[in-house]
Amino acid sequence: MRDLIGLFPYWAVVVLMMTGLYIVIAQGNLVKKLVGLGIFQVSVFLLYITAGVVEGGTPPILNDQFTSYTNPLPSVLILTAIVVGVATLAVGLALAVRIREAFGTIEEDELQPLATPEQPAQKGPGA
Amino acid sequence: MSAIEIFDLARTALGYGLLAIGSLAALIGAIGLLRLPEFYTRAHAAGITDTLGALGVLLGLAVLSPDLLTALKLIVVLVVALFASPTSCHALARAAFRSGVRPALDGNRPPPTVPGE
Amino acid sequence: MEDFLMIGLLLVLCATGIAIAFMRDLLVVAMLSGIFSFVCCAVFVLFDAPDVAFTEACVGAGVSTVLTIAAIRLTGRREKREGRRASVLGLTLACICGLALIYGTLELPRFGDPRAPSQTHVAPHYIDRTAEEVGVPNIVTAVLGSYRGYDTMGETVVVFTAALGVLILLGGAQSRPLRRGDAPARKDQDVVLRGIAALFIPMTLFLAPYVQFHGAYSPGGGFQAGAILGGAMILYALVFGIDRLNQLVPERVLRVIAALGVLTYGGTGVVTVLLGHRFLDYDALGARPAGQQIGLTAIELGVFMTVACVMIILYQRFASRGDQ
Repeated sequence: MRDLIGLFPYWAVVVLMMTGLYIVIAQGNLVKKLVGLGIFQVSVFLLYITAGVVEGGTPPILNDQFTSYTNPLPSVLILTAIVVGVATLAVGLALAVRIREAFGTIEEDELQPLATPEQPAQKGPGA
Repeated sequence: MSAIEIFDLARTALGYGLLAIGSLAALIGAIGLLRLPEFYTRAHAAGITDTLGALGVLLGLAVLSPDLLTALKLIVVLVVALFASPTSCHALARAAFRSGVRPALDGNRPPPTVPGE
Repeated sequence: MEDFLMIGLLLVLCATGIAIAFMRDLLVVAMLSGIFSFVCCAVFVLFDAPDVAFTEACVGAGVSTVLTIAAIRLTGRREKREGRRASVLGLTLACICGLALIYGTLELPRFGDPRAPSQTHVAPHYIDRTAEEVGVPNIVTAVLGSYRGYDTMGETVVVFTAALGVLILLGGAQSRPLRRGDAPARKDQDVVLRGIAALFIPMTLFLAPYVQFHGAYSPGGGFQAGAILGGAMILYALVFGIDRLNQLVPERVLRVIAALGVLTYGGTGVVTVLLGHRFLDYDALGARPAGQQIGLTAIELGVFMTVACVMIILYQRFASRGDQ
């Protein structure tokens, strides 16, 4: 039972990862895909932090009262990853905005026939 | 029982009571968010969670906290939350009003006038 | 007790994630992603990672949500309904992958095991030697700035490059150049918002340097402080108008400061090379632990400058686009 509860965070990671994957591959709106990618990223963060937990440990800030600390290394890696995630989100959203201005839509199935080399990029309505 | 034990018992009871009130308020707010008919009534329900819910939970935690410093920090968090959460609720309602969402009123009363700039 | 909290929070997280998949209104999706980030922040606190929770709250829940809403304003609020065929294939694929991954998680080390491989490799070295080698109580800051300083430099450069990308993409002829007094935003004279913003923005401006310099002793550091300062400026723009923000911090100044931030970080490394040591080897700046702390302060300053300016630049670009 104890082990089953311990597996729960990992299963939550898998559920979130698959949700993010589904949104990226199966839904057409570009902004929605970016949000789904963000969900995927957060599931990976959760995986790393879960792997770093030490039972009975405290946050990794040195203090004379404690001897057992949680692993500091996943915290460092994920701190980096979060900031990089928002940076790539910003670039992705900028691309979506430009695609909307160039083609008039950000739905994938409407973009496929438009984004062929023969047709020049036309300014869409209401850009 | 000695005075200190009575004081501790009272403190624990008060703390858990406040936590219960805060949790109940949050639950009521959540139920209201799902069940009320239109936007402004739902915003009011969310406001209950922001104010009474935050008040109950944070005050309860402050009463139950092991030392004075933690209690003071929780009080500061409460003050900031009491400023910030109703403001965001207000901003939401104002944005809805400015984009045309109107409250569903009783037919006999005139609708509210547009706020002056 | 903690197990119930953990299971509850993780269930809310999964429910929010699945709800995002079903929503068609992108504004609701943006709100849900903000909620998702905040619940994730709570899970990180529960798992004893306060630095990560801090960063997720500032950067993930704060700046991400604002940027998503700013983009939705330009691209449209509703998602078109998809055909059924793609959905079934995607769902099947996700289920198969998910089942395979769940089978894999059965082989993972026990949750919280102190003898797991992830706890016994490098982590004991960082935990045991930080006090004498680097001298700061926050092990995460020590690892971020000193032991793994090269990775952090890469991260700062990535943030700066993202700003460059957004400037190139959204800086063309479509958007007007940001001049003084430009973009007459809808004048919002709301007393409540202005009053509360007048209260909160100075408070947040004080918080940013505190988080920056206290990051060596408590959760904090350059990234969180930069995101907090960026958030304060974004709040100013949201309440008082983007033109006031452009007058207060013109974009050309922000670009220079962001570049100076990266220069400070890389420059610290170059200085250590010129002093005869390796790149980013803080022993060149002084004996341990004093030299390490000088190096840490210098690079955290660089990180702070870059992250703060990049956050403001990103918001300015998105908010100024499309105003005719």
